[in-house]
Amino acid sequence: MRYDGLLASVGNTPLVGLPTLSPSPDVRLWAKLEDRNPTGSIKDRPALKMIEMAEKDGTLRPGCTILEPTSGNTGISLAMAASLKGYRLVCVMPENTSEERRQLLRMWGAEIYSSPAAGGSNEAVRVAKQMAEEHPDWVMLYQYGNPANALAHYEGTGPEVLADLPEVTHFVAGLGTTGTLMGVGRFFREHKPDVSIVAAEPRYGELVYGLRNLDEGFVPELYDASLIDARFSVGPRDAVRRVRELLEAEGIFAGISTGAILHAALGQAAKSLKAGERADIAFVVCDGGWKYLSTGAYEGTVDQAEDRLEGQLWA
Amino acid sequence: MAIEVRIPTILRTYTDGAKSVDASGATLQALIDDLESNHSGIKDRLIEGGQLRRFVNVYVNDEDVRFTGGLETELSDGDQVVVLPAVAGG
Repeated sequence: MRYDGLLASVGNTPLVGLPTLSPSPDVRLWAKLEDRNPTGSIKDRPALKMIEMAEKDGTLRPGCTILEPTSGNTGISLAMAASLKGYRLVCVMPENTSEERRQLLRMWGAEIYSSPAAGGSNEAVRVAKQMAEEHPDWVMLYQYGNPANALAHYEGTGPEVLADLPEVTHFVAGLGTTGTLMGVGRFFREHKPDVSIVAAEPRYGELVYGLRNLDEGFVPELYDASLIDARFSVGPRDAVRRVRELLEAEGIFAGISTGAILHAALGQAAKSLKAGERADIAFVVCDGGWKYLSTGAYEGTVDQAEDRLEGQLWA
Repeated sequence: MAIEVRIPTILRTYTDGAKSVDASGATLQALIDDLESNHSGIKDRLIEGGQLRRFVNVYVNDEDVRFTGGLETELSDGDQVVVLPAVAGG
């Protein structure tokens, strides 16, 4: 396939079957390989869309500085697009994120402000909002509340899945900013409402939930619970176990958050099998495993990997 | 009937620092009432106006109860209940 430039090649990712992990010919799993995007993650879609929409409405003008709280992938995508389009990018990132993500961000020319590990992305959001107030001329695209984030999936990810798998019964994705699920969810509600939308939410170690009080909690502004049908919390142990299974059984080398998503997808597959129902379950491979090698998730026993992930933002 | 309830750091002041406590109840509502009888004050941190508080997530066997009937979610012996504050991901 030929494109005019790298930015034009975002999306249109392959959907591949999982012949080994699918439990029966009637209950099948399909992986949407979002690691095939230009910077290697699904976040290229919302990052590019947020920039394009901000350019369109005049918020983002040549020479602008973009500010964004991100645990990694969105920042990396923004950094690539910003460098090609001539914007400066400042990322606020929790300090307990993998070294690879930091190196990639620097490579594409982003400046990194570290926020404290305690509080995880919550804290990064808080710090970024404060910085935005101090620098009113900077443009915070704000992936948690920017409709362009969900729009990228409403216009891209959702229609692509339906085109490749018209018989789809379930769509499973990770819940972080909620952009993927909100966009794809809305698309299916409108175009094939019988498709179940399933969320897999990573459950981290205690450090990440270390709020000073409950009122500091955070629900992304984009989140609309009516667009999803089930929501599962998946811990590092299940995520690691599944990400290794995906590699061993199907040859797919994915990032740890994909393990959490596969866990929810396999749970749904087992449920459908037990109920004797046909199911075609599409799930998202958010990114490849490369950026997480240093976390130790892919080596040694599952116990060891689980210990190593304690306190890290692995998704 | 014993159901393990995992308590987040921020609510352990109500459980004398315990990370998990046992409680019983046929529904989540009944379970929270039972929790309250042993850990006074915790209910008010979980429920507001008859609903789960906005920044409180409760999972029964890893599934978010807001999609399984909310406070009416039925429980069985051996279920695991996890309480977590809602935090940002992504």
